[in-house]
Amino acid sequence: MINAFGIVTASNGRYHVQGMEDYRPIGAFSFLGRYRVVDFPVSNLSNSNIDRIQVYVSQNPRSLAEHLSYGQHYNINAKRGKLQLLFNQDSRVNAIYNTDVAAFMDNIEVIERMQQPYVVITPGNMVFKQDFQQLLQQHVDSGADVTLLYHKTDKADDWYRNCAVLDLNRQKGVKSIHLNDGSIPNRNIFMDTYVMKKEMLIKLIRDAKKHSSIFNLTDILNLEHDSLDIRGAQHKGAYMAAIYDLRSYFRANMELLHYDTAQQLFSSDWPIYTQTTDAIPVHYYEGARVVNSMVANGSSVYGTVENSVIGRGVEIKKGAVVKNCLILGHSVIGENVHLENQIVDKWAKIINVKELTAEPDYPGYIRRNDVL
Amino acid sequence: MSKNEMLAMILAGGRGSRLKDLTNKVAKPAVSFGGKYRIVDFPLSNCANSGIDVVGVLTQYESVLLNSYVAGGKNWGLDTRDGGVYVLPPREKADANLNVYRGTADAITQNIDFIDQYDPDYILILSGDHIYKMNYDKMLSFHKQNKADATIAVIGVPMKEASRFGIMNTDGNGHITEFEEKPEHPKSNLASMGIYIFSWKVLRKLLIADRDDPNSSHDFGKDIIPRLLDDGKTLMAYEFKGYWKDVGTIDSLWEANMDLLDEKSALNLDDPFWKIYTEDAPELPQYIGPEAHVDEAYITQGAHIEGDLKHSVVFTHVDVEKGAKVVDSVLMPGAVVDEGAVVTRALVANNVHIGKGAVVGSADSENILLVAKNVKGVE
Repeated sequence: MINAFGIVTASNGRYHVQGMEDYRPIGAFSFLGRYRVVDFPVSNLSNSNIDRIQVYVSQNPRSLAEHLSYGQHYNINAKRGKLQLLFNQDSRVNAIYNTDVAAFMDNIEVIERMQQPYVVITPGNMVFKQDFQQLLQQHVDSGADVTLLYHKTDKADDWYRNCAVLDLNRQKGVKSIHLNDGSIPNRNIFMDTYVMKKEMLIKLIRDAKKHSSIFNLTDILNLEHDSLDIRGAQHKGAYMAAIYDLRSYFRANMELLHYDTAQQLFSSDWPIYTQTTDAIPVHYYEGARVVNSMVANGSSVYGTVENSVIGRGVEIKKGAVVKNCLILGHSVIGENVHLENQIVDKWAKIINVKELTAEPDYPGYIRRNDVL
Repeated sequence: MSKNEMLAMILAGGRGSRLKDLTNKVAKPAVSFGGKYRIVDFPLSNCANSGIDVVGVLTQYESVLLNSYVAGGKNWGLDTRDGGVYVLPPREKADANLNVYRGTADAITQNIDFIDQYDPDYILILSGDHIYKMNYDKMLSFHKQNKADATIAVIGVPMKEASRFGIMNTDGNGHITEFEEKPEHPKSNLASMGIYIFSWKVLRKLLIADRDDPNSSHDFGKDIIPRLLDDGKTLMAYEFKGYWKDVGTIDSLWEANMDLLDEKSALNLDDPFWKIYTEDAPELPQYIGPEAHVDEAYITQGAHIEGDLKHSVVFTHVDVEKGAKVVDSVLMPGAVVDEGAVVTRALVANNVHIGKGAVVGSADSENILLVAKNVKGVE
């Protein structure tokens, strides 16, 4: 086993999810009914025997702090392990300072004090399954200075906008890192996941800071790539979702309604941990009709649910029809309300408006706590 | 060890042989219930919700799973600084040979040293085989108000069924005057729920005397309660109103599960102020497939339904394949119903596989069918 600590980064300025992000960082977004996005990076780390984990947050930390708590539910040893929430002070002054380097710089002492020789940095806005021990081993075996994880896709012209792309040479050496401009479909999407020695990270942070106050890690890697051995490692799984806007958030959930796809992300030897709310099982009443949907515990269903993801404790009343929707926890869909292609944020009640429809590519969004 | 006003002790040693093959490998309190729970979650959650923070669980029969399940008390939030759930199997002592618990009272007697550590004023005795929600703190207030030596929770049962229970006869003020175990001609319909609060000093003295009594069966109902009555102690009946069910048989366990589907049933687990806590399964939400029909069902996370489900309770890891039909049944964790199989009025035990096209149970059966072994498919 290779000894490493983990860092889960806050979403940086490149990503913005309209509406949803007003209330919480992307890491705290509800995912597939019962999870939050951050459960995936933290479970990946925990399952990889990495039990010193720093989670960075730049704004609205409440929901993330509540959800992560001390990390006991992530199977992290309470004595040897530790789940820390770290804050980036500067981002409050101006969004331009919201860089990963600034966040690391704010907490450089914490990073310097870590006992583990290696670090795995992974983002709080992407959902995938990855064994980091295997990635660490690959990194050590290759002798590279920095290893970057990427996902090969043929859909980069439509998806993964605002994600970074790796240009690789034949030996998987990274030639450059740049933004996905959507011009071509075949790309190596950078999963914002880095493996390197702790000392290398500290050097890169200090170098970046010297160059510019608004540098990200990718900027300094681009600048220093002649003097460093930076390599790409390909992600093996078929499912890799980046959440960078409302559409990608919607799609990341909906894709998992294909049960085969869901089984690639979830397997009994790689559990995804989350906080339990001790909700009762789902209660389907007489006359309920549910097809191709995932429904989280605590929900009660009297109406019709099709191709939808239903969060915890949601009520679907008699005669309601919910189609292609993402309904977040504790919302109420009133009697005879018809919803199609909607994202309904937590605690919203749709009672008076009887019909809300949108196109699948541009889902509608109902704000948290709103009564419609 | 800091002083604790009232400790709870759960009697969880019995095999529950009326549950037949369900309890071959697990003790009755560890039997699954209601989609995601185990029976013992009910007394443990009631304790946590009533502000009791030290619980002893007396185990004996097939206790490996039960031990690992309750130990620590984390699932019920009982793992606090001063609290905890302690598993207490029989043990060898310096002054006595290793001995099984000879009866419900003896199980407590053999753990007097454990209880004394907390120096409690009261002790709450519970059993691990009932489904109910109850605030034991209210019962304790009642016990104190009446300056009772012992308080027994009772529930009114239909008079014609009273001869199946331990019946408490009371005077007009709730004082118990007589206890009759399964009386042929019951004089009252107040059945003992197997929930007792004792003033510890009184009970402790009695248990020590009972320990060496060769004529005693060391049982609370048969020996301790009659002794208290003979001694002229104050025994109060605390009447409980609400849902309470002994789930000691396959039929009653099935019925209690079905009660969860009934909107009018008094058993409502969806109370944010009185949650029933349990172990959380790290599973994805339940998935209901494109061709599935789900009508009147209670289903928990990790279930995968592609077939038809009507009026049934479904636990985690259950797989109901395309074209399968499940009606009026309980599918316990890991049960698989293959394509075209039909399951009616049955309780399918953990990890049992019902093969393609197999037909089990029937709509007009008198009793519920327990399916505890794999059923071969019909090709």
